[in-house]
Amino acid sequence: MTTAFIEISNGEKLAREQIPHLSFDEFQKNALDIVKEGGKVVQYFGYQDDGAMKLMAVLRTDKLLVAGCDALDVYPSFSQTCEPFHMFEREIAEQFGIRPEGHPWLKMVRYHPNYRNMPDVFGNDYEQDIPGNYKYYQVEGDEIHEVAVGPVHAGVIEPGHFRFNCIGERVLNLEIHLGYQHRAVENLLYNVQAKRLPILAENIAGDTTIGHGLCMAQAVEALTQVKPDRGARIIRSIALELERLANHIGDLGALSGDVAFLPPANYFGRLRGDFLNLSLLLCGNRFGKGLVRPGGVRFSLPDDMRKILDERLKELRPEVEHVLELLFSASTVRARFEDCGIVSTLDAEKLGLVGPAGRACGIPYDVRRSFPTEHYTRIAIPENKKPSGDVYARARVRYDEVLQSLDIIQSLIGLPVETKCVNDGSYNLPASSFVVTLNEAWRGEVSHVMLTDKEGKILRYKVKDPSFHNWNGLAMSLRDTGISDFPLNNKSFNLSYCGFDL
Amino acid sequence: MLNTLKNRFEQGYRTCSYPKEKPAVFERYRGRPIIQKDVSQKIVEMCANACPQDAIDIGLKKIDMGRCVFCGTCERISNGAFVKFTGDFEISTSKKEHLLTDGDLPALAEHSKQHFKKLFGRSLQLRQVSAAGCNACEADLNVLATPFFDLARFGINFVASPRHSDGIVVTGPVSRNMKTALLTTYEAIPDPKVVIAVGSCSITGGPFVGSPEIAQGLDTILPVDLFIPGCPPHPLTNLHALLTFFK
Repeated sequence: MTTAFIEISNGEKLAREQIPHLSFDEFQKNALDIVKEGGKVVQYFGYQDDGAMKLMAVLRTDKLLVAGCDALDVYPSFSQTCEPFHMFEREIAEQFGIRPEGHPWLKMVRYHPNYRNMPDVFGNDYEQDIPGNYKYYQVEGDEIHEVAVGPVHAGVIEPGHFRFNCIGERVLNLEIHLGYQHRAVENLLYNVQAKRLPILAENIAGDTTIGHGLCMAQAVEALTQVKPDRGARIIRSIALELERLANHIGDLGALSGDVAFLPPANYFGRLRGDFLNLSLLLCGNRFGKGLVRPGGVRFSLPDDMRKILDERLKELRPEVEHVLELLFSASTVRARFEDCGIVSTLDAEKLGLVGPAGRACGIPYDVRRSFPTEHYTRIAIPENKKPSGDVYARARVRYDEVLQSLDIIQSLIGLPVETKCVNDGSYNLPASSFVVTLNEAWRGEVSHVMLTDKEGKILRYKVKDPSFHNWNGLAMSLRDTGISDFPLNNKSFNLSYCGFDL
Repeated sequence: MLNTLKNRFEQGYRTCSYPKEKPAVFERYRGRPIIQKDVSQKIVEMCANACPQDAIDIGLKKIDMGRCVFCGTCERISNGAFVKFTGDFEISTSKKEHLLTDGDLPALAEHSKQHFKKLFGRSLQLRQVSAAGCNACEADLNVLATPFFDLARFGINFVASPRHSDGIVVTGPVSRNMKTALLTTYEAIPDPKVVIAVGSCSITGGPFVGSPEIAQGLDTILPVDLFIPGCPPHPLTNLHALLTFFK
């Protein structure tokens, strides 16, 4: 297929003039062609440049592709015929007041005024509280009832609103309304001093500190043409896998708790803490905050620490394996996990699900294999896909990945790791440049885009958390599922509210 | 069944003996900062300028733990000549101004309100409201329920409804979109009630300070009784604060 989009690499610096600037019609046609042929949307966003409103898309097939165009204030929605653009078009409408005409579900994403003082696409008055002028999707009928949950939830969890339309116990539709965590992170990222950039990136979603931290660091490194040394790349890969381990193990424990099988719930709860403590061992913070910085890492991995890490992993591994065995061999657990909350491969493709949620629906995509960064170019990552799309598949993907992450870390710490630590510092970004970075964090594809202006200031910083794709997967899994299975399905996705809300 | 029992034996008894004994925390952990006052003005200024959170007061030669995210930049660039982070995780205060410190913190127990101890010393039920942070504070509050910390053994629980609770624990910088829900939750709690701010976000806005979408500190919205600094606070910091303030 010939396309007007050009091929780029993950973390490759481009002069902005190298990126094809198409007419809107040409942009639309090419983007739709690529995605209809099975391509996926990595980034699709608006930005203002010298007062002009522009759009840019980064798509992926087996390659990364990019192009841009001038924006129109109103345009025929891509989502009408091509679902993977759905969330992105809503986001652009909210951020810049650009209306995608004929969008199948034009709803705000996070509830804030647009950045251009344009008339609001959703007719909201933002003096009013969220959700403003929005009527939730309603199923009509005598025996239909609605259940509203949140924003404050019963546990120690982030806020969000869930609206179930049910007939009896059966959920006909779940609508998920987010935005309560909105902090305007993207705007802060391009307005603050350079010294705040790493801290902000790490706090987009604290459970994905390393994932977002890496995207930020790689973007700055690409633009400033700095290459972290081998040791730093190894330490960053170890940190990303530790993050995956802690979260996957925590999720498996939570899943176990939700089917009332308490031993693994407690054991995994404790084991998760042990893995968080290994991040603390590495950098002094249980979530890995403060480790990754542009240019490398702030903390080395001396031999004595490598030994502690190795000993701890050798001690933890059999415990993890035994509890996994306990969880997955229990027939009561299997009975609850299997066939619960099925998302078909076709739906998952259309929604653009990524990470374990996508792999559980038979989509093998993993950034570590497709667009590897850091030390992953030298690590073989298995496909990990499961075909069934149910809670069992989502749990089973985690099972496999937990064991793989343990293997990866143990192989990486087999030999001495030497790195020259970096300190926080300022850097000069080149003028009129572009970079996109992708990493496979534990929830899936995290991606950052940085565009600089003529003076080398950040013109646009675009962040995408995997949850931006996957929340609609959760909504889909609840179709025709008992409402009492919501907590189980919710845990099986365990998505980020703040990563979505930004 | 046999498998369940086998695992039970393997897991053993895991609950830490805190507060009787302090568990060891790995060396790189950054807890209570201490200040070397006799350092040159130049180094103080260098640290203050490098601090991503602008947490260092040059004139007073103090560090504001409410703004600080404990990244350790100031310690690294000056080799600890001005600020040094210790392994001490007992860093909570009952007053916001006490967070601006040279390393000496007032004993929390002495500053706690005696009627709180009488009311809640044997049973404290808390509602948590997450208001726009990064979910790390929430995660490290959640772990208090795991066997290692086992918060329930002290009679302290996180409950599902504000109606069942004696106070709220707030995390996050309180976004505009979350403010009403937070206030409604607060109002739903019967008097007398406690407000606890956990994490630098809830104390000052933390990493998001300056965003027009957030409040500039929980204390500008609600009367806060207990400040637990950190990004996020270590679970033991939370545990120390709750036990010392209420027990």
